[in-house]
Amino acid sequence: MFKKLSQKIQVSILAICSLATSVTVILIIIFLFSEGISFLGMKPTEEGYVLAVNTKNNLSSISPELCKKVFDQEVDNWSQLGEKDMPIELVNSDQIATFYSEEAIGSEMEYLDTCYNDYVSKHEGAFAVMPKNYVTSKFKGRIVEVQENSIASLVTGREWFPTAKPIAQFGILPLLMGTLIVSLGAILIALPFGLACAIYMSEIAKKGRRKIMKPLVELLAGIPSVVYGFFGLIVIVPLIQKLFHLDVGETALAGSIILGIMALPTIITISEDALRNVPNAMREASLAMGATKWQTIYKVVIPYAISGITTAAVLGIGRAIGETMAVLMVTGNAANVTFNYLKPVRTIPATIAAELGEAPSGGIHFKALFALGCILFLITMSINLYVNFVSKRRGVK
Amino acid sequence: MIQIKNVNFYYKDFHALTDINMQIPDKAVTAFIGPSGCGKSTLLRLINRMNDLIDGTRLTGNILVEGQDIYDKKVEVEELRKKVGMVFQKPNPFPKTIFENVAYGLRVQGMKNESEIKDRVEDAIKKAALWSEVERILNNNATNLSGGQQQRLCIARCLAVEPHVILMDEPASALDPISTAKIEELVLDLKSKYTIVIVTHNMQQALRISDNTAFFYLGELVEYNNTRDIFHNPAQEKTKNYVTGQFG
Repeated sequence: MFKKLSQKIQVSILAICSLATSVTVILIIIFLFSEGISFLGMKPTEEGYVLAVNTKNNLSSISPELCKKVFDQEVDNWSQLGEKDMPIELVNSDQIATFYSEEAIGSEMEYLDTCYNDYVSKHEGAFAVMPKNYVTSKFKGRIVEVQENSIASLVTGREWFPTAKPIAQFGILPLLMGTLIVSLGAILIALPFGLACAIYMSEIAKKGRRKIMKPLVELLAGIPSVVYGFFGLIVIVPLIQKLFHLDVGETALAGSIILGIMALPTIITISEDALRNVPNAMREASLAMGATKWQTIYKVVIPYAISGITTAAVLGIGRAIGETMAVLMVTGNAANVTFNYLKPVRTIPATIAAELGEAPSGGIHFKALFALGCILFLITMSINLYVNFVSKRRGVK
Repeated sequence: MIQIKNVNFYYKDFHALTDINMQIPDKAVTAFIGPSGCGKSTLLRLINRMNDLIDGTRLTGNILVEGQDIYDKKVEVEELRKKVGMVFQKPNPFPKTIFENVAYGLRVQGMKNESEIKDRVEDAIKKAALWSEVERILNNNATNLSGGQQQRLCIARCLAVEPHVILMDEPASALDPISTAKIEELVLDLKSKYTIVIVTHNMQQALRISDNTAFFYLGELVEYNNTRDIFHNPAQEKTKNYVTGQFG
């Protein structure tokens, strides 16, 4: 009787634990996506401000990216926005004071709204950024809508300026590119090294040497990432700076090297396991026909273990993509769209880590970071699904 | 001719073979029989130096193949293994196509001429009595063949390299009776061109296919004679007990 009861309790404890774990994972994903998705549909305009133009102007909406170009005066003619050929006359709170006298504005800026109204109604080329509460029934200009954030604007935007005023820029292309090139570089470094190491350990090294190497490689996996970052900052960054005569050594290359080192244990252990799982009968069959050890490794052992090696490479990439701290410390964190490994880049995880503390909770910047998190999650999840797919196929075979 | 002179072999501390002396004649089938662990497979694997792959082994004495001491430092083990091929207990085709399995030995020897490779592959598969079964499916994966077909493919793979000696380590023990019969037939067929050494657990098989039989027990060569005498007129009591099924 008592035995049965205690057994039941044990079973229910186990069930509760596994249930709780699954629910937690699902809750985290729901939380991430609910915050991230609410970013879409928000407007990246500064709170309380609007854009206004002359009524003769046909412009009804403008993308955040173009908007920034106008403010940076990279775009200075309306024809570039598909309107009449005339210069854009930019006006904001700084410039309005240069167009109107102090008396017109008023000692406490009480007539500022009239000045804006006057300027926008008289200048056909006007493009004004003004406080929302100046827009009253007397206002003779037309309000221009800033386009909402969308997946397209997120993914194709080339500028990441989440705190830019009056229009914040949320283009993640540079971050995505940064993540991808750093990870790609890491895998290009780690895969040959790791594979060579795995082949040595599984095929060539004597038992004793393997017994020393294996725990060392596993130790590599246990070093905290901030220590890797520190090592990168002190050793690799200055080295790159000297080697390539750069102004700064914090580059994509430095990130790739550090991530490559960090991905090594994953790649080595998994591919070594795959190589050791190749039946000895395969090696013997090859050797018995007069193949050399190298021929056996390249023509029989590696092809046999190829799906395991693929898994190792993909999981190594997965590790590299999600890594935050070390990358944050060595890549320089400038949001560039570049393929140049000698330039600073900024990755998605590093961006989240660096900016979350400064972003006001619930604001658009905050939500943009969650959207970044969602994208990162989707990338790593598809990697894991791919690995599952590959290893399942191997199981069938 | 394979000459085995005063061979002692050790796995670490274990004395696996003791003072083996024997001569294996050319173009004949020699069977090694004996209970499990008697050293017959070990001796077989010494003839193409497969035991080199195992750590902690030690050999004294000499093994000569065609007059050459194969454990001499000057001997290249790859060259030896081209001359002395091996077929294993379990069929072990590579997970490649049937064609590539047989072509493997030629490719690792650096043969580049595709038409020559094709001819040699076809020739080897024909010699292994497999051609009619795989002629149309040469590009299928070899692992999809039946066990018996796989084993004959492994024999074909071995033959493609054109060895002089073929070592067979219980080649039919994992196969059904029909496949076994086919392998035996094949061995008898190959005898005219190759020196064959076969390890077997199956005494009837030794009787059916071998010209000479060696009986091993606890790492020693108990008796070595022509097969008829070993089975019908053994000189040693132990041999008699073994071949009549009283132990083993």
